Amino acid sequence: MVRARRRSEYLFAGALLAPNLLLLFWFTYRPLVESLRLSLYRWDLISPQKVWVGFSNYTESWRDPVGRKTIVNTLIFSITTVAGSTVGGLLFAFALLKKRRGSSAARSALFSPYLMPGAVVAIVWYFMFDPRFGLLAAGLRLIGLDSPNWYNSPGWAMVMVCIVYIWKQLGYTCLLFIAGLQSIPPELFEAAAIDGAGWWARLRRIALPSLRSTTSFVLATSFIASMQAFDVIYVMTQGGPLDGTRTMSFQIFDEAFVRFRVGRASAIAAVLFVVLLVVTLVQVRILDRKDS
Amino acid sequence: MTVTTEPPGAVRLDAPTSRSRSELSAIRAGSDAPKVSKKVRQGPAGLFAIIGALVLTVVPVVWMVLASLKSRNDLYSRPLRILPSKLVWNNYHRAFNEVPFLRFFINSFATTAATTAIKVVLGVTTAYALVFLRFPARRLIFWFIVASLMVPFEVVLIPNYVTTARLGWLDSWLGIVIPTAGVAFGAFLLHQTFRAIPTEIIEAAEIDGISRWGLMTKVVVPMSRPAIAAFALVTAVAKWNDYLWPRLVTSRASSTTLPVGLTLLRDSEGVNEWGPIMAGAVLVILPIIPILLFAQRRVVDGLTGGVKG
Repeated sequence: MVRARRRSEYLFAGALLAPNLLLLFWFTYRPLVESLRLSLYRWDLISPQKVWVGFSNYTESWRDPVGRKTIVNTLIFSITTVAGSTVGGLLFAFALLKKRRGSSAARSALFSPYLMPGAVVAIVWYFMFDPRFGLLAAGLRLIGLDSPNWYNSPGWAMVMVCIVYIWKQLGYTCLLFIAGLQSIPPELFEAAAIDGAGWWARLRRIALPSLRSTTSFVLATSFIASMQAFDVIYVMTQGGPLDGTRTMSFQIFDEAFVRFRVGRASAIAAVLFVVLLVVTLVQVRILDRKDS
Repeated sequence: MTVTTEPPGAVRLDAPTSRSRSELSAIRAGSDAPKVSKKVRQGPAGLFAIIGALVLTVVPVVWMVLASLKSRNDLYSRPLRILPSKLVWNNYHRAFNEVPFLRFFINSFATTAATTAIKVVLGVTTAYALVFLRFPARRLIFWFIVASLMVPFEVVLIPNYVTTARLGWLDSWLGIVIPTAGVAFGAFLLHQTFRAIPTEIIEAAEIDGISRWGLMTKVVVPMSRPAIAAFALVTAVAKWNDYLWPRLVTSRASSTTLPVGLTLLRDSEGVNEWGPIMAGAVLVILPIIPILLFAQRRVVDGLTGGVKG
């Protein structure tokens, strides 16, 4: 009797879990292993034959000047956007923390870009950046400046995609910082204000020290997201001009589905996976230490 | 997913927010020392931030809408014309004529609805089994699910493309939906939610002789409606916005989704035909506007749900 009941419980659990576990196995774990395996072969995505090449996809990507440029670009893009959205998000969170007329509307406004399709964001901003007919150029002309050549200069193109990506992420980091700030008793800020501590002092001496775990979480998740940024770069610049905005996640797509060098693409994917895994594990560790 | 997918590792295992406490103390501060809180509230930083945030978001969106209604002369005038000299709908006509926008819309709607439905059902069943049923290797299965959050989508892209092609799912709704239908974040989120249901309620239902299925559909799900709704919204927005996967598994205009279709429109119109392109952008973003305006709170709850313990 008891055994029969237990068996029916196992069966029920199996039926409830099986579809999801199958999907995760078939479209997450199996391809993960397959991707690592493919990084050791030369393959063009179509031919039935894969040629074993050992680690040469890794070494060749590293020796290739474009490969190295891709790594540098990825670092520049990630560090810039993580720094930008973290600092910006913290400042906005601190300034919007107090409830007053318009503050919740401002929070919603700031968060909205995070929910917009990357392709739309990219296309609308590409128009804003148009050096001849864009709003930004008009604004710059107003104060007597010429618009930089966002479209054709590799350096300015990188600045452009960073700005757009920060704009898209800012609301998310701001949201997390607001959640973190709300767990600090407001009396602390009020007492400091009475003692004459200004805005900056309250931010540095009270908010920041209490926000350590929030900050590490924000840094880790925005770094992970920025390493995977694809649609903004793909839609705005296609990695150009002159490879100026070619990042690793773009390169995976480009190598595999445009140049048909699946091995190279998989090698880059493997490196990306390891980097993100390390960041995630370090982050989880930091949080664990906080708990204990 | 830009929300785009929850970045891997986004599960936060601690519980730093305690909203109730801060709300309580906010109330206390309000009644005890109104002058003090007023004093803190003063200062230009808050006002600057409010104006800054509104300008930062509203200007590009308004600019997009205005551009979609401008004639060519207005769009390419120097000095720049801010408001259209007369409203024209021509850009929308051109967007619809150049690419099959209605097809994009149907494809986007169908794949988003299907993905959301599947993910919500699987999220509920997975979390229910993990929280309320006893079976071997339960912890292992939990970690199998959560650890999949650490696998970036770019890494599984190529093998999944190959699988989808072999199954004959390219250029189909199945291909857009199924490979992204596994649930990890949602299972974790609902796991946390279900665990918070008081055991007395569960026991009372069991004493009443409710079946396991009934416990799930009649007790657990109704009690967790806000969390489920939040997860559904987050999933829907993420799928609606998704670019990379549909771009990859569709090659025909008639089978693709709105965000990808928008870039097809740009390619066929030419990069500088801003009028029709902005009209297309408005059409893609239009269905999300109600969510941005009225359901953002829910989405936020869904995104930060894993944060609260």
